[in-house]
Amino acid sequence: MKVPAAFRSTKGIAGVIVVVAVLAVAVFAPLLIPADWATRMDMRARLSPPTWAHPLGTDQLGRDLMFRVLLGAQTSIFIASAAVLMSIVIGLPLGLVSGYVGRTTDNVLMRLVDTLLSFPALLLALTISAILGPNLQNTIIAIGIAFTPFLARIIRGEALRVAQMPYVEAARTAGNSDLRLITLHILPNIMPAVIVQSTISLAFAILAEAGLSFLGLGTQPPDASWGLMIQASRDYLDRAPWTALVPGTAVAVTVLGLNMFGDALRDALDPRARGAA
Amino acid sequence: MPIDQEPLVSVDKLRVEFRGEDGPIVGVENISFSIAPGETVCVVGESGSGKSVTSLSLMRLVEFGGGRITSGRLGFSLNGEQIDLAQTDSETMQAIRGDEIGMIFQEPMTSLNPVFTIERQMTDGLRVHRGLSRTKARARALELLQQVRIPEPERRLTQYPHELSGGMRQRVMIAMAMACEPRLLIADEPTTALDVTIQAEILALIDRLKRETGMAVLFITHDMAVVAQMADRVVVMYRGKLVEEGPVERIFAAPQEEYTRKLLAAVPRLGEMRGKPAPEPMRLVGEETAQASPTPIDAAPEPLLKVSNLTTRYPVKGGLFRRTIANVHAVEDVSFDIGRGQTLALVGESGCGKSSCGRSILRLSEPTSGQVLLDRTDILALNNRDLRRRAWRDMQMVFQDPFASLNPYMRLRDQVAEPIRNFAIKTAGTVEDRVAELFDRVDLPRSFMSRFPHELSGGQRQRVAIARALAVNPKLIIADEAVSALDVSVQAQVLNLMMELQAELGVSYLFISHDMAVVERVAHRVGVMYLGRLVEIGSRQQVFENPQHSYTKSLLSAVPVADPTQRNIRDDLNFRPIPSPVFPLGHIPAPSIYDEVAPGHQVLRAQMGLGLD
Repeated sequence: MKVPAAFRSTKGIAGVIVVVAVLAVAVFAPLLIPADWATRMDMRARLSPPTWAHPLGTDQLGRDLMFRVLLGAQTSIFIASAAVLMSIVIGLPLGLVSGYVGRTTDNVLMRLVDTLLSFPALLLALTISAILGPNLQNTIIAIGIAFTPFLARIIRGEALRVAQMPYVEAARTAGNSDLRLITLHILPNIMPAVIVQSTISLAFAILAEAGLSFLGLGTQPPDASWGLMIQASRDYLDRAPWTALVPGTAVAVTVLGLNMFGDALRDALDPRARGAA
Repeated sequence: MPIDQEPLVSVDKLRVEFRGEDGPIVGVENISFSIAPGETVCVVGESGSGKSVTSLSLMRLVEFGGGRITSGRLGFSLNGEQIDLAQTDSETMQAIRGDEIGMIFQEPMTSLNPVFTIERQMTDGLRVHRGLSRTKARARALELLQQVRIPEPERRLTQYPHELSGGMRQRVMIAMAMACEPRLLIADEPTTALDVTIQAEILALIDRLKRETGMAVLFITHDMAVVAQMADRVVVMYRGKLVEEGPVERIFAAPQEEYTRKLLAAVPRLGEMRGKPAPEPMRLVGEETAQASPTPIDAAPEPLLKVSNLTTRYPVKGGLFRRTIANVHAVEDVSFDIGRGQTLALVGESGCGKSSCGRSILRLSEPTSGQVLLDRTDILALNNRDLRRRAWRDMQMVFQDPFASLNPYMRLRDQVAEPIRNFAIKTAGTVEDRVAELFDRVDLPRSFMSRFPHELSGGQRQRVAIARALAVNPKLIIADEAVSALDVSVQAQVLNLMMELQAELGVSYLFISHDMAVVERVAHRVGVMYLGRLVEIGSRQQVFENPQHSYTKSLLSAVPVADPTQRNIRDDLNFRPIPSPVFPLGHIPAPSIYDEVAPGHQVLRAQMGLGLD
């Protein structure tokens, strides 16, 4: 199959490179770098700026930021993508059904979603995590549930809009069942919104994991995750800004890459953007 | 009225380019024409002809849309001096815009700012250009509103745009454009979004203001009928080039260019079907005309579709618990029949319930009461499954907007094949063969089957929509404004296709349209709707040649005729605005009672509380 034009643009290529690089780090770093390199403390070089010994500097306990950021990638990426995937798996059908069926179903589902929305996402994740107990899997569930209402809301809005398009009505009179209408005629037309929202959610999920970790419910110190690193840098921003800059840059580059990748994916799926065939 | 004096505007070899991905795209080129003071020049052309680009260039607004005037002169006589608007600096241009040249746009809904009152919008320009004080500006605004004959002008000043009707808003727009007594008024499709009676009012208003103030008018339109009514001279454009220019009588009587002839041939003229009982296809220049003669009026006793006392109401929700607080009476006690192979046209203005009526028959909107019999099948009694299997196998719909009625993510082949697969329609060969056959039938190349909708033009998409509707061999096709969004030459082709299909396959149409001239061409029978009611129904000849109901008469008198020798624009038309169809809960409207004035010609009895005489 030919590579879609969207992935041959500068933005598309950059997106692919970043996403592949981040995934490679997440998968291979733990295999190549001994785990204790991220937790080994060098008390003589606490809050050291970048040096030859510590290329990206150290944190308040003298731990090497380069190794921490490389080893933390796995935790952050895994938790964030699993949580966002979970919120899509729950939120997508919820939003589609709500927007398509309407009436009472919509009212009941959306009031449930509103209830969830009325709690700050972090507080919600915190509560869920506290109930289920702090471990990796429960962190994912907590963040996933906390993010679901946002996605469900957006998908419902899009589904409502698309469901009243003439092509959906035409497809209905063409004898399509509700299931076929939703999967073949509505879903493809709301995918752009889903993709955009998912890439944004990923960034927030990385930070949400940090919030949970800070409260002792996510990643447990001394293990590294990007969110935990940003959280820990808070007290040293004035003396050692690199402690925030290093994991912050990792998050920013990842999110930027995901956004570019998401845009390219959206364009690749859209026949209108594929160019004259 | 050609006037021998210095022209007010002289456009010379105008060329406008737009930035494209692969170098500049030419918007218009080599456009030359002039406008004398007090003259109306109509620029006419189909979509993409560059007529709006030309008018926006005169205001130098084209630059805000990414365009650039690359060569040519835009001469404008300012205080007795000729200046070139193409070279003018932006400050002088700002002084000219709104002061020397006024402009009105197509969409009266969006060209007024919704957060400002009418007074605020009107006085802003006066205070900037004329330096008037607040009170003087207000007095002038009031005077202007009186000039455009808006009822209750004092109250209008304090209102917001959403509180006014479309026609009223367009009057406000015109009043604003007139505020500084411009010497040139540019009107870009000012009546396209309006109903025909409102259109007649606005055209009469522009014509009167022109005569009273002596300003020149540059009128941009796609509608040859409007041109015939308004123009002194006509500029015909096609694909960014000027095709022909001349006095309106000459253009209509003896067009020189092939394209103009084609365009004029494709325009249906109200009244040209006088004395003919059956519909007739359009004559298209350069194509064989009318292979198939349309079916004559059916005399069979058993109609295909029988609609009795159909009523559809939409709830208006409000309050804390979103309870129903009122009802929109969209369709109210409507009854009619459609014979086999026949076309019934439903005409009326926006909001009259003609679309709701079509949708109710298909049950895309659920009717409140009434009966719909299709070949003796009671459509309203079917459950969801039978609706799919029985009603929609026999009835299909073609929608108005060809850009929204096809799924952008699905190949055309699959969209046309869907009904064949879903209804398990028996085909001679494979489904693929049947789809190919349908593409042949609507005159589309088979290579289009693997395309996506965005790769087709509007007319081609509408052909796909018709092919999809034909896929199930329906007995009835409901065409809801199916040709309204198309350019006139494309419209004529699609109409001819529909008539051909009727002659060949014997399919019936419920043809919903606001365009009386088109309806006169295609319909066997015509029903006129007003405020949810059918006010008059009869054969085409009965309704068009002998209209009985006062609403039918005013509707027919408002339609512009595409013939400059038959101008029917009169001074000061003021049609009564259509009252609201929203009634409180529990309101029981009077039943529709009809008088039969001739066999098959029924007229709603007066005093039905419709706000009519």
